[in-house]
Amino acid sequence: MDMEVKLHPAGHDGVRPLSLKNPVMTASGTFGCGAEFMPYGNIARLGGIVVKGLSLRAREGNPLPRIAETPSGMLNAVGLQNDGVEAFIRHRLPALPWQDVPVIANIYASCAEDFGELAGILSAEDGVAAVEVNISCPNVREGGVLFGQDPVMAAKVTGAVKRRAGTKPVIVKLSPNVTDITVIARAAEDAGADMLACINTVTGMAVDLERRVPLLANIVGGLSGPAIKPVGLRCVWQVSRAVKIPVIGMGGISSARDVLEYILVGAHAVQVGTASFSDPAATFRIVDELPGLCRRLGIERLDDLRGALKV
Amino acid sequence: MISPARTDLTVADNVPFSQPGEPGFFALMLENPGWVSWLPGQFVMLRPHGWGSELTWARPFSISRVTPQGLVLFYQVVGRGTSRIAKLVSGDKVTIWGPLGTGFAVEPARPTLLLAGGIGIAPFYGYADRHPSPEHLSMLFGHRQISDCYPMDSLSQIIDVEHFRERTPADIPVFQDMIRARMKACRSKDGLALACGPMPFLRMIWEYALEIGLRTQLSLEQRMACGVGACLGCVTRTSMHWADAEKAGLPVQTCTSGPVFWAEDIDLKAGA
Repeated sequence: MDMEVKLHPAGHDGVRPLSLKNPVMTASGTFGCGAEFMPYGNIARLGGIVVKGLSLRAREGNPLPRIAETPSGMLNAVGLQNDGVEAFIRHRLPALPWQDVPVIANIYASCAEDFGELAGILSAEDGVAAVEVNISCPNVREGGVLFGQDPVMAAKVTGAVKRRAGTKPVIVKLSPNVTDITVIARAAEDAGADMLACINTVTGMAVDLERRVPLLANIVGGLSGPAIKPVGLRCVWQVSRAVKIPVIGMGGISSARDVLEYILVGAHAVQVGTASFSDPAATFRIVDELPGLCRRLGIERLDDLRGALKV
Repeated sequence: MISPARTDLTVADNVPFSQPGEPGFFALMLENPGWVSWLPGQFVMLRPHGWGSELTWARPFSISRVTPQGLVLFYQVVGRGTSRIAKLVSGDKVTIWGPLGTGFAVEPARPTLLLAGGIGIAPFYGYADRHPSPEHLSMLFGHRQISDCYPMDSLSQIIDVEHFRERTPADIPVFQDMIRARMKACRSKDGLALACGPMPFLRMIWEYALEIGLRTQLSLEQRMACGVGACLGCVTRTSMHWADAEKAGLPVQTCTSGPVFWAEDIDLKAGA
């Protein structure tokens, strides 16, 4: 069965389509820069690879502890530690099989101008197939989720990135930590976003009762893993009905069944995140299992399943 | 660089060492993973098949031994994950990925002091097994439980082990003085020290190593989600001696750049 997915919003003619062998990508921050997972599977078989968030300059991230295990999930407050965009282009991108699998650069900045500059630098690279804009990180003081909670700021950042991204598609990654996610989704779409991705992590916290301390040095962090799958499905359902551009779904995906559930509520493609920590081969396994599950469920084309939820 | 592999393995045995009422120490024996090679000091991530989605992460364990019969992991029950691992029985299935990270230096002709704190003794079984001249090895082993909790026989037959049991907090300064004295003696013989144990123990040894000028490697313990360098949960700050100048003074992943680091390459100051 053909698993290929072509993400190309109608009317966005100056933008190259994002063509995926299958709808299963990796989520930013959970797959390193890709090479970390090469011992566990052929990364060229994945739908796409979204690399760890990049900023203009290297960032040290937050103090430890940065991660905590919670029931059916985990909290993180890594704080976007990365080596900076130049180091990525020099050392990491050349090591990736970008001619065989789309590599998507996730970007973070603390102002719209820097977002635009990052988009300009990365979209000029042959090895970068698309840019994913992180306006939803809950773990940094400046920017981050603040952009993703205000439709005016979300539009401003989206516009700044679009002006510099050339023919590369721009994906805006949304936060679930808002009252109405469709307001931000529409603002990003109106500002020219080619695709949306949702969801980023759900803000949360965990505490040690005996020691009376938070489990994260940052006190609060972002919840991910199977615990947030219902939140992710709800957001993708709402967003995909509110916008015309393709939606990439994520949140707690750990099986082929989860992938199809996201497509059923309206996703064009998905990203696997925390499952890669539970098992470094998780995304490869999901790609392997998807055609068989489709056959068992009588799904001949993913297009037939997309948004086909009976309500 | 030894390439790691992900393997599903069967539990051969899971042997408790502790007495009833004592904290749980176990040796988990798995079938042989078929690795081409491994280094003492390296570790594996382990996740039993029965965990479902409730426990999200695998758990990191130092490799204690690899014999033709199998892979041995010596561990202590400290939380939700290890409590469940302690209930594994023969025939249960687990997924492991490894061998991961860096191993300890082996310098056959050099007097080598092994400093173990509690369950930090785990990687030294394999180190002693594999060392070409174990007569050059000596160990100072600090522990809170009685020594019966630890599988000592096999180690004591190969190398000279000195014990120190911490019964009350008042014993800690005595142990600190012992460590310092053994490290100074090792320095005077132009020796090498290798340490594994809890972070306060390692931080003390790190300080002594820099003060005394003794070449020392530390195997660090950090909370880890993935073990492969992706989650960025386990970082350690490097010192200005770090070989890659671009990373000097910055956080690096303990799982891939470590867990074994040279003391002078890292900065373990509280809050660093």
